[in-house]
Amino acid sequence: MAHEKNHDFHILNPSIWPLLGSVSGFVMLFGAVMWMHDITPFMFFIGLLGVLYTMWGWWGETITENLIGDHTPVVRIGLRYGVIMFIMSEVMFFAAWFWSFFKHALYPMHEYRFTELVPPQIEYFDPWHLPLINTLILLCSGMAATWAHHALVHENNNRRAIKEGLWLSIALGAVFTVFQIYEYGHAAFGFSGNIYGANFFMATGFHGFHVIIGTIFLAVCLARVYRGHFTVEQHIGFEAAAWYWHFVDVVWLFLFASIYIWGSSL
Amino acid sequence: MADAAVHGHEHEDQRSFFTRWFMSTNHKDIGILYLIVAAAVGFISVAFTVYMRLELMDPGVQYMCLEGARLFAENDPANCTPNGHLWNVLITGHGILMMFFVVIPALFGGFGNYFMPLQIGAPDMAFPRMNNLSFWLYVAGTTLAVCSVLSPGGNGQLGSGVGWVLYPPLSTNEGGYSMDLAIFAVHVSGASSILGAINMITTFLNMRAPGMTLFKVPLFAWSIFVTSWLILLSLPVLAGAITMLLTDRNFGTAFFDAAGGGDPILYQHILWFFGHPEVYIIILPGFGIISHVIATFSKKPVFGYAPMVWALIAIGVLGFVVWAHHMYTVGMSLSQQSYFMLATMVIAVPTGIKIFSWIATMWGGSIELKTPMLWAFGFLFLFTVGGVTGVVLSQAGIDRAYHDTYYVVAHFHYVMSLGAIFCIFAGIYYWFGKMTGRMYPEWAGKLHFWMMFIGANITFFPQHFLGRQGMPRRYIEYPEAFSLWNEVSSYGAFLSFASFIFFFGIVAWTLLRGEKVTENNYWNEHADTLEWTLTCPPPEHTFEILPKQEEWDKGHSH
Repeated sequence: MAHEKNHDFHILNPSIWPLLGSVSGFVMLFGAVMWMHDITPFMFFIGLLGVLYTMWGWWGETITENLIGDHTPVVRIGLRYGVIMFIMSEVMFFAAWFWSFFKHALYPMHEYRFTELVPPQIEYFDPWHLPLINTLILLCSGMAATWAHHALVHENNNRRAIKEGLWLSIALGAVFTVFQIYEYGHAAFGFSGNIYGANFFMATGFHGFHVIIGTIFLAVCLARVYRGHFTVEQHIGFEAAAWYWHFVDVVWLFLFASIYIWGSSL
Repeated sequence: MADAAVHGHEHEDQRSFFTRWFMSTNHKDIGILYLIVAAAVGFISVAFTVYMRLELMDPGVQYMCLEGARLFAENDPANCTPNGHLWNVLITGHGILMMFFVVIPALFGGFGNYFMPLQIGAPDMAFPRMNNLSFWLYVAGTTLAVCSVLSPGGNGQLGSGVGWVLYPPLSTNEGGYSMDLAIFAVHVSGASSILGAINMITTFLNMRAPGMTLFKVPLFAWSIFVTSWLILLSLPVLAGAITMLLTDRNFGTAFFDAAGGGDPILYQHILWFFGHPEVYIIILPGFGIISHVIATFSKKPVFGYAPMVWALIAIGVLGFVVWAHHMYTVGMSLSQQSYFMLATMVIAVPTGIKIFSWIATMWGGSIELKTPMLWAFGFLFLFTVGGVTGVVLSQAGIDRAYHDTYYVVAHFHYVMSLGAIFCIFAGIYYWFGKMTGRMYPEWAGKLHFWMMFIGANITFFPQHFLGRQGMPRRYIEYPEAFSLWNEVSSYGAFLSFASFIFFFGIVAWTLLRGEKVTENNYWNEHADTLEWTLTCPPPEHTFEILPKQEEWDKGHSH
């Protein structure tokens, strides 16, 4: 190369991960179609394996780049923008599910003129039992994540406190998932054939999926704390995990308020 | 094309072919890849339409027979049972390919990737590796879409014939797994676009050259920025809607199944909540290109830079609140229809600001009718025609008569296929020398323009008449009364197709034999954005020393 890089932006070397990830994604989705049509489940899992391997390799490389100092202050600002916008797009994804829920809660098809539909008899969950407990669990988990964040930023990287906070946050997140599975097992309405079940399970299901992702994200951060990756100035991965976790919290509050409380009073 | 595009890099390029084009983290190479794939997919998609126009040239069905698709007319009806499914597959494929896999990738992925970072003086995109993921996900999505056309679908045949909007109950009842592949194709291309949008916004916000405040950013970069927001906020909503389709099809949910209390109209609302911003996603980057082309060849800075920026933003915001004008006839209340009518007409205001500012830019300018300027002129004319019919269609009352007729087809082809595609060609001719280091023959570019301009108008202008006569869209056959304008329209389509093939010829000839570009700025000093300070083609890494303000801040208007 004739020139030297003379700025703080991050210029990357060529990488195989995007191609590998896309090919794996293609195999996974084609496999999902094969599986849904009872042809074979194997293709899906082969693709999934490739996607997971790509995530492992790619993000591992990102962590390495972080450790060797590629993430200058201006790059860190960019990474933060990226995380914020990723979360915004997730919010819009949930907007679709809330849209469907509110539409059918406010204007149920059986109230339309000339319809032959009868109002469905649905036995809702009591919001003030397990759902309330789950709300508190998730909020406590978010608080524990903030505790860890505080220990990192304001207690000069107090690793003992960060570990405690993260362990607690992850454990509570896992308990939430277990409770949610338990609740699903006791639903008095089915997933298929009725719109309430479809809305309920898809909205809370996607939220649950995000809880699992967030828990894994926090667990990765915990492992990185044990390896001493984070510093007071440089902990972009931790910050992203914390933001993501709070986003998952907020979505739950909306689910709890609208589907569990308001929805069960209709 | 890929081989030829390497030209000019020999002296410094150490990368192998595979490393350069398959593992790229270079925004310029990724931009070129986007353009190449978009051109290839565009050719498939255009070939679909030529076959459809061939079928529509005469009343009756002569080509798409159940006995087998023909390339030559089968005039004996006894040998040709109409194959409506094939027809439906082609219109669906044309729509999905054009919307998701041709125009967005070319304008946003191709030009956006290549020139947005250059115009703001950024050394690359904010996330160069993710940039390549966007590209390869786009390829994966395209492959899924093509697989969808070729796999078992409805009516015991190949492919899905449900229309690009994928409305239920048609899409939930379509047999086979072609429909599921189409849904995943849209998912993947959506993910690709969202990642691209995140990348573009971050680049725009974080990597502008020192001193380049927001209102000094060139208009094309601005248009990409606004487009990115539309993508970021609207595509996830579509992802939700098609996920509902997927679960309705495969897991028995009742989102759009009236028997289970679901509502098929809900799908239309969610789809168009994405679909209307989508049409601005398609056209806004084109607006950006046109601004630069007109300023360059009028030898004047663009008139009213700040209003141009605000108009872009206003169009972007308004684009989110007008969606139900696509569905006036589904039984909405009058007050809803009135609101959507009003909001839709309001969009004509910022769009008008842009059109008048372009005209004012030319006013008193020293106009040079080079090829890119011709395309920009064509765009102005055709987009205005499409915009005016758009205002007509925004009227809920008039839409009762025009809904789902060829009038609508004419309208959206004037704004999209002629508006957006003319922008793409304006951009290609404007920047071709910059990207490849070789210049196309001026006469050939002009001939391409006139063929396409005349051909496209002959194709789509008569469709207004057909719509007014009441010919519905999406039909393989029609009564004799409609035959005259259908025949004319088909001749136009053949001429446009010929111009498209001629265009590929121009590209091939230019890459191999075209005159080498020696100057950095081969137009004039009014092409004053930063890409014109670079060699043609630019070196592998640009702006390794960030540009100084005097290199780009010419002090006029922006």
